[in-house]
Amino acid sequence: MSSPLLVGVHQPGDSWLHRCPTGVKLLGLAAFSLTVVLTRSAVAAPVFLGLALLAAAVGGVRLATLARATRAILVLAVVAAGFQWWIDGPAKAVETLVDLVALALAAITVSATTPVNAMLDTLVRAARPLRHVGVDPERVALTISLAIGALPGTLALALETRDAARARGLGRNPRVYLTPFVVRVVARAHEQGDALAARGLGD
Amino acid sequence: MPVLELESAGVSVATSAGPDGAGGKVLLHPTSLRLTEQRIGIIGANGSGKSTLARLLNGLVSPTTGRVLVDGLDVARRGAEVRRRVGFCFTDPAAQLVMPTCVEDVELSLRRLERDPARRRERALAVLAEHGLADQAHQSVHDLSGGQRQLLALAGVLATDPAVVVADEPTTLLDLANSRRVGDLLMGLPQQLVLLTHDLDLAARCDRVLVVADGRVVADDDGPTGVAAYVDAVDRAVHDAHEGPA
Repeated sequence: MSSPLLVGVHQPGDSWLHRCPTGVKLLGLAAFSLTVVLTRSAVAAPVFLGLALLAAAVGGVRLATLARATRAILVLAVVAAGFQWWIDGPAKAVETLVDLVALALAAITVSATTPVNAMLDTLVRAARPLRHVGVDPERVALTISLAIGALPGTLALALETRDAARARGLGRNPRVYLTPFVVRVVARAHEQGDALAARGLGD
Repeated sequence: MPVLELESAGVSVATSAGPDGAGGKVLLHPTSLRLTEQRIGIIGANGSGKSTLARLLNGLVSPTTGRVLVDGLDVARRGAEVRRRVGFCFTDPAAQLVMPTCVEDVELSLRRLERDPARRRERALAVLAEHGLADQAHQSVHDLSGGQRQLLALAGVLATDPAVVVADEPTTLLDLANSRRVGDLLMGLPQQLVLLTHDLDLAARCDRVLVVADGRVVADDDGPTGVAAYVDAVDRAVHDAHEGPA
């Protein structure tokens, strides 16, 4: 159970970024993202990357976490950059690649310095005006946190089902492990629904 | 103690097995009970209807006939109020824990009771410390051992101070040491406890034991007597299976 994906991203700490209000961080991330996307300059791209790294350093984000985030985005970024190279030439390609990595690093920095519950509280506050049109802010926040939380659980189920298929010598055929996997994910969703109802969440 | 009442409460589900889709499978035959003891054990075979009976008590399952009342509140109609009084603990804590870290999961339970995030965090940490999980507060719930995970799930339920705790085989997945620990914790609770279990020693410690078989309560007695009735019934069934029906 020690696969890196199964461990939460949040790192408790006391840096300036940890103490910074969540709303400010989320708005900052949004502003940064927009700036990065809208600024079309190969010179600016490394500056953005530098800023993202600086923020990560201020927040004391572990190198392993940064490396993992970079690796995750790199596949996509390389494909996108390759495409750009073909259409617009190398300068644009490098800009795209560096921009994407900068965005991923900025996002992981916010995730690493913000507990999920703080994120939820902020979302609840932000969604409060929507109450007038029949949206329950608590439910919006809970839905998002469930989606985040479902990831490691689903991955664990996938690994377990695959191992079970392997143990019976059925590893090769995807249908053999995909079918029980889907069934178990749905069963888990029902269980989790029961658990949420039992805890009075969503009442 | 709270009063849990079943008034001819039964549960059946429609099945598509019949050619005309008629009939259905009875999960629990209409049952009338009045539970006022502090510790109530429910034992019986897998699939006997234990879980259905337990889930009736907090509205996770609605009765298809009859009524279920918790302190006079109709579970079907006032589910939200009932669930605030009745905490529920599942066999597999993995299904119950939904937040990434331990302290956040307890905070999730406390959201309704404590609006202020800082105070909520403080209370959640206190709850964890109470259950010996202070060191794991910021750990991923996926990194806990099975025993710790069940303790955390219980901590999340107890954090809201329910009047009744229903636990559905809470020790089934645990090793001996952890199942003793969870069992002792449950038995020591000041709240009313409804405990479904296959651990007969634990069941024998209850003030009242219900034995469920084929969707019916077939025995209802004090702890040791109820357990003995269940063991006798199983002995007879196994014996008959060997000898063939007389």
